[in-house]
Amino acid sequence: MSGKTLYDKLWEDHVVYTEDDGSSLIYIDRHLLHEVTSPQAFEGLRLAGRKPWRQSRNLAVADHNVPTTEREKGIIDPVSRLQVETLDKNCAEYGITEFTMTDARQGIVHVIGPEQGATLPGMTVVCGDSHTSTHGASGALAFGIGTSEVEHVLATQCLVQKKAKNLLIQLNGQTRIGVTAKDIVLAIIGKIGTAGGNGYTIEFAGAAIRSLSMEGRMTVCNMAIEAGARAGLIAVDDVTIDYYRGRPYAPKGSDWFMAERLWQRLHSDDDAVFDKVVQIDAAAIKPQVTWGTSPELVVAVDETVPDPASEADAVKRQSMIRALEYMGLNAGQAITDIVVDKVFIGSCTNSRIEDLRAAAVVAKGKKLADNIKLALVVPGSGLVKKQAESEGLDKIFLDAGFEWREPGCSMCLAMNADRLDEGERCASTSNRNFEGRQGYGGRTHLVSPAMAAAAAIAGHFVDVSLIGEGC
Amino acid sequence: MRAFTTLTALVAPLDRANVDTDAIIPKQFLKSIRRAGFGPYLFDEWRYLDRGEPDMDCVQRPVNPDFVLNKPQYKGAEILLARENFGCGSSREHAPWALEDFGFRAIIAPSFADIFYNNCFKNGLLPIPLASAIVDDLFGELFDGYCLTIDLANQKIITAKGKELSFEVDENRKYRLLNGLDDIALSLQYADKIRYYETERAKRAPWLFAD
Repeated sequence: MSGKTLYDKLWEDHVVYTEDDGSSLIYIDRHLLHEVTSPQAFEGLRLAGRKPWRQSRNLAVADHNVPTTEREKGIIDPVSRLQVETLDKNCAEYGITEFTMTDARQGIVHVIGPEQGATLPGMTVVCGDSHTSTHGASGALAFGIGTSEVEHVLATQCLVQKKAKNLLIQLNGQTRIGVTAKDIVLAIIGKIGTAGGNGYTIEFAGAAIRSLSMEGRMTVCNMAIEAGARAGLIAVDDVTIDYYRGRPYAPKGSDWFMAERLWQRLHSDDDAVFDKVVQIDAAAIKPQVTWGTSPELVVAVDETVPDPASEADAVKRQSMIRALEYMGLNAGQAITDIVVDKVFIGSCTNSRIEDLRAAAVVAKGKKLADNIKLALVVPGSGLVKKQAESEGLDKIFLDAGFEWREPGCSMCLAMNADRLDEGERCASTSNRNFEGRQGYGGRTHLVSPAMAAAAAIAGHFVDVSLIGEGC
Repeated sequence: MRAFTTLTALVAPLDRANVDTDAIIPKQFLKSIRRAGFGPYLFDEWRYLDRGEPDMDCVQRPVNPDFVLNKPQYKGAEILLARENFGCGSSREHAPWALEDFGFRAIIAPSFADIFYNNCFKNGLLPIPLASAIVDDLFGELFDGYCLTIDLANQKIITAKGKELSFEVDENRKYRLLNGLDDIALSLQYADKIRYYETERAKRAPWLFAD
């Protein structure tokens, strides 16, 4: 019998019961909640007279709607305010721990989970948010769920699931200087497409993945959903274990040693068989820039905007034509000629300390280009913000003309006041370039933090790998 | 949840690949703490010429006459014919809520994004994946007033020309949808098994159950 994949092991560890048709009741170790996808779940619980199965397995934080300025004034938009207040009320009523808006630990749910050690290797982690795949970076099985499932997890601490297939994405060799985790994952999506991972759990492996920090691994797993896979995984190694040691919610004392032993087995066996394997040459990856309205519409920064005429598939060709029209771009235009209006550095993809450091290296001693109307830096959590300030990164950004904001989802999806105006073009470190995502009529180009900072300084896209080391 | 058994209904075509959940229901409407009332804002940015905001009276808004759901021949459509990777993007259940509230009961496409697909079944909405070539044929044979019959129990679609197409759906989901069953009540039947699992797991990973 062949060995097991990491996903097989995680799955088997969490099966409570399997039906004849193969659907299983899976135990959930950590449930993260935020204000947007939970109110209707709590309402359902209340109407049915049910209670949370295990309160301590839930952790809540408001992130999508929170303002990133003048937090002491509260939330001005009454609809956003009601949603955040509803979360506060529900958590108080059901005895669920919440990091409220004024808590120093508040931040984007997918940043605070690992930061607090609330999501750990070997866990099953769910949240009513598709970017829950982020937590797979620690060797946890983590995936996004809908609101009905949020209610289901609250009531039963379980979910009914069918096992997905195994997809291995192997990154061979090492990336070049200036090429980051974001470029790796954008290049992967460019290769396999936004539906390439549908029905699979992706394990990212290979030398280039092993060389990434935990922050970089989170960036890669975060965008597994953009490749169509609900969950992305990376095997546990010393980098993982070192990262979690001493985190507030991590096991302590003898539990820690027990956990460490248990986590050491969280990797695919050498003879494990995957349903599909994709090989990628990491050394060939260049800094990436999306040009369309789907993350798969991506090219390297030294390339040009593709020509729909060269696409054989009619449906794809039509999507490309529509994307070019929406984005206000022409086929054949050099990516480095694209002039941007706004820059956003933040989101659950790229708002961790390493991301801010990478952007700061580029911005240090420079000024925003005259055509940049706004450049936002939004740290992923209160603790990331504090760390960045202790390193003087805030000064670097402020001196260069960036705004230094309070933590939250911010302009990734523009549910708060941070957004693009119609026709504005943004270099963004977020994860989705869909029509209207960052504001009605807004045009999003997904890039790495260093690429976003470089675009802010130059006023248009530039190849950071040409700027020099340390990016 | 409303049960789904058989349906004979008008088909509306949405001829675009990768229709994402931001397009199905833009984020400003996600601020609602209610579950109903999203139908008027379905495909808001494509459907109207102005910018939609929560609590707007949509009857007064300028509609985009070119958008398929605004065409009179598709009024009352309950089946949406779509292209690959329908529902990609976020996990927002507001997307199936909006489709269902608008009046759709079934969506046919070559493929669906996983989370969206899953969310549909929780809301009495049946997503049907069919081979790309078959979806192409359906797009090709549409005419004004084109209806399909969907028989979930027998996993069959009967076209306007009388042709039968079979489709896949997993047994468990089919059973729950046919009977409109509450998932939570069904899972709670296994409460003893959940407790047993917790006891056993606590031996291996006590830090998870320290409370």
